[in-house]
This record gives sequence, structure tokens and C-alpha cells, in this order.
Amino acid sequence: MKVFVNSKETSTESKTVLELANELALPEKGVAVAVDNKIVPRAEWANSPLKEGAQIVIIKAACGG
Amino acid sequence: MDKLVIAGKEFNSRLFLGTGKFDSNRLMEASIKASGTEMVTVAMKRIELEDKEDDMLKHIVSQNIQLLPNTSGVRDAEEAVFAAQMAREAFGTNWLKLEIHPDPRYLLPDSIETLKATEKLVKLGFVVLPYCQADPTLCKRLEEAGAATVMPLGAPIGTNKGLRTKDFLRIIIEQANVPVVVDAGIGAPSHATEAMEMGASACLVNTAIAVAGDPVAMAVAFKQAVEAGRMAYEAGLGTQADNFVAEASSPLTSFLN
Repeated sequence: MKVFVNSKETSTESKTVLELANELALPEKGVAVAVDNKIVPRAEWANSPLKEGAQIVIIKAACGG
Repeated sequence: MDKLVIAGKEFNSRLFLGTGKFDSNRLMEASIKASGTEMVTVAMKRIELEDKEDDMLKHIVSQNIQLLPNTSGVRDAEEAVFAAQMAREAFGTNWLKLEIHPDPRYLLPDSIETLKATEKLVKLGFVVLPYCQADPTLCKRLEEAGAATVMPLGAPIGTNKGLRTKDFLRIIIEQANVPVVVDAGIGAPSHATEAMEMGASACLVNTAIAVAGDPVAMAVAFKQAVEAGRMAYEAGLGTQADNFVAEASSPLTSFLN
């Protein structure tokens, strides 16, 4: 399946947000995920299926003032 | 010194630190510790796949430190609300440094969008600390909208120019019922002292510490500067003479005659 992670087309076998998070080795803390402009809380990752062409935004902490 | 209270939470330190521009996360961590700060800003960025960089967050997570995620990079209120929700999810805090500066050249905050976003975010349960123009009327409006502080700029971000907005900061401080945090432009410890002597509740400093020759030593200098300014304010400064006639501080007796 093809999805877009931060606007970049990506092939994945993952069927849920949780599987994708594991595939990308996202850290335990300091990340947030939105799918098709809707924030998906970590507790719901396992129950959030990915669809073909989904637009996924993943952010993490960065240095800034 | 009085404790600083924001949204019911007490802070011993009145120096907030930004985490940008340090040469390394290790230097950032050491500077945070040396400064004694209890409030540290953090930005957000989109991850890059195959990203292997050092996680900055593990260098600042401590029980004594309130993380203050910022919304840097957003262009309007709608984007700010989305960023705020992402920040709350990522960092587990509803505290937020709201900053909306669509123009990358001067990074000046958009007052209209900042006010709109503050209204929305307060309703969504965020503790909103808006970075804003040193505009007394705007600061009142932000306060009325439920902002936990106002954070007017001393000068444009990263310029180290000091309190160019001093006259307006004075009015803001006089009128505010929420803490006034001078954010942006503070380039030297003397600027921070001056802001604190004027009655500012806190200073937010980033560039001046991060780009110093020795950031850790500069963090200590700012800690002391903020404390000195606050102590002077609480002690009550003597009034400044508005004429040029000296007033003796020693008795003018005929010592030599």
C-alpha cells in the first residue's frame, strides 16, 4: 500500500498507525501523528487502520525558542 | 524573591530558556541546568524517514522543568490550533507558547491571528502564553481572551538589540493582570535586569545564551541578572531625578575646614 508520510510517498505493509509507528521506529515520547488532518492519539494507534493514499503527518520535538 | 505563578503553577526561576541555536544538545542541556530555569521552550518538526539524529527531548526532561511547546512555523490561527493539538499529544502538556509569525524576514507576530488563536485555544483548555507585539491594547485583549501571560517582544527575534519597545513594555506591565514575560530581543544580561527592574514577571532568552562564546557561563550570568533585577524591583527603586541638580548622599558638613 502507498501512503504519504510528511508528503513523501512511501510503500508500507503496515495496516494500522501502530504498525507504521513500529516500522518507522518512532520514539516512545515526543511524537504526534495525524492522518488526513485528524490527530490520532497514541492510545488509538492500534485501532486506526491505514488506507491507500492516506496523508500522514508525523512530528517530533525539535530545538527552538 | 516572590514566586512567579502562571495558571496556578509556581516557579522559583523567572528565566525561561529557548532551546534553539545551541551547537549541541549537550551544550543546551548544560546551559539549561546552569540557568536554573524551570520553563523551557521546544519546537516541533516533521520527522524525516531514516532519521537517526539525537533526540533533543531527553536532554531537557526533568521533573522541575515545564515544557513549553511553541507553534513556530504556523502562519495563521487555524494552523496554530492544529499545531497546539499536535504538541499536546506529543509532549503531554496543555501549556503552549503561541507564536504566529508568517513573515520569515522579520518574524514579527501577526496580532490578529494571535488573538483569534488565543480565543480558540483557551476554549480548548490550553494554557496559552502568546508571543506578541509590545502593544498595550493587544495585550489587554489577549488577557481578556484568557491568555495565561502575555509575552511582548523587546526587539525582533534573535537580534540581541535589547528593550527597543521599553516605553510600551512599561505600559503593558502597568496595565497587566497576568504575568508579563519579555520575549525576544534580549541580548545581554543587562537587558534582562532592566526588564525585571521595570516589573516584568520573567524573561525568555534563547539566542543571547545559545550563541555566546561560553553558553553555560552566559546562562549563569542571565540567571543572576534576572534575579538582581527582580530583587531590585521588589526592594523598590529610588526615584530618578528629572533635573540636573545633584542630591548629596553624604552629609555636606565642613569636614576640611
